Amino acid sequence: MNVLSQLKEQIAATLPNLDLVIGWERGFDPLHHTPLFMRRPEDVERLVIDALCVHNLAVYLPGLKNKKVGVAVKGCDSRAVNQLAREGLIKRENVVVFGFPCDGAADLTKVRRQLGDISGVQSAALEGDLLRVVVDGKERETPLKDVLADKCLRCRYPNALTHDHFAGEPREARVQTDDYKDVVDFEALPLEARFAHWQQEMQRCIRCYACRNACPMCVCRDHCVAQSRDPHWVTQEDETREKWMFQIIHAMHLAGRCVECGECQRACPVDIPILALKRKLNKEIRELFDFEAGVDPQAVPPLLSFQVEEKNINERGW
Amino acid sequence: MSGVNELRIVGFLCNWCSYGGADAAGVGRLAQPTDLRIIRMPCSGRINPLFVARTLLSGADGVLVSGCHPRDCHYAEGNFYARRRLEVFKRLLPTLGIDPGRFEYTWVSASEGQRWQTVVTTFTEQIHRLGPMPRFSPGEACVAVLAESGG
Repeated sequence: MNVLSQLKEQIAATLPNLDLVIGWERGFDPLHHTPLFMRRPEDVERLVIDALCVHNLAVYLPGLKNKKVGVAVKGCDSRAVNQLAREGLIKRENVVVFGFPCDGAADLTKVRRQLGDISGVQSAALEGDLLRVVVDGKERETPLKDVLADKCLRCRYPNALTHDHFAGEPREARVQTDDYKDVVDFEALPLEARFAHWQQEMQRCIRCYACRNACPMCVCRDHCVAQSRDPHWVTQEDETREKWMFQIIHAMHLAGRCVECGECQRACPVDIPILALKRKLNKEIRELFDFEAGVDPQAVPPLLSFQVEEKNINERGW
Repeated sequence: MSGVNELRIVGFLCNWCSYGGADAAGVGRLAQPTDLRIIRMPCSGRINPLFVARTLLSGADGVLVSGCHPRDCHYAEGNFYARRRLEVFKRLLPTLGIDPGRFEYTWVSASEGQRWQTVVTTFTEQIHRLGPMPRFSPGEACVAVLAESGG
């Protein structure tokens, strides 16, 4: 029995005890899947799981806090469930987690880069290690590994870290450790080049806040400081500086909380590489406090605690 | 710092120790550079690292945060939390393309007028070595976009 039918069976069996189960279904075109909210048994039939299930569905959980909700999660998404539960933003006992072995999710920006314009896509098929699409009657293909999201290429947790049901067999992780090479490489650039990089990238920002809305850990929703006038953290001026300020706020509000699901960067309509900021913070949090968000459901978030003598902070040197 | 243009340095000081320390330095007539503007805070634990980010982006060339020494916090543990937050923020700066030397945090008690003088002088010298903070230039950015689109 394949993973999908096993997952469907598990969901169908649990659905009567739940208000809804969240999964993925085919969206407006064959390359875009969309979240699926299953309430009736017949909804379960529309469920799909493959490399195009890009969304982190844990983002819906805080808004459904008092409902009995099931959710299908990839490995990275499960870290968000753990972290939300640890912070008391969801009740873990109200959530039923359906895990499955994840082979990686496609990055549609990379697909576009490999295959050109995909707006008129007629069909898409994943055959083994190949992604085959038909655009305007012409068939094009690319190896799946060339279009996987960067986060998947360095994935250490392909299987849900927390789950109540698991379909299929757990798979091996692609890598065992994350050396944060991207962060180190970026910091090897001269300071001026790094500053210029962000000026270049951030001026594209249209302030749609898709990065915030897609983030499972951004739970303030209507009370986000980006749109508040009191306090007035960012102005309405159309300046790169203000867009940049918002990204710094977003990154700092996620310090020690970010689970690196990469939703901010995926949701960005103008492809600003904002995950780099969160990666940097996660690298530092790991070095300073030996902490990774959402991995150990019992671990105390580092910025909510302290030690009188900090092992790794040497502030007296200044 | 005679002969050098002043730069803008903002200091966030906790009310109970560092503000007192700065006051002690003033009462003791200890000579200090005049680039620093002080903002008095209830506690270093009140200082959101984003205050520093906003200050740097809004026109400051350097930001100094100072509170009570660890174990000496008026509110017992405010500076312990501050230490973690500020350290994390300071380590983010290199990735932002901002020299981490533009932001320092330290501890000065109310009786340490001399130490305050040293801190201010050292930090001001450090900021003068770094020069004015680079800014995003809206004009240039527009030109770059136009050039790219061939318009």
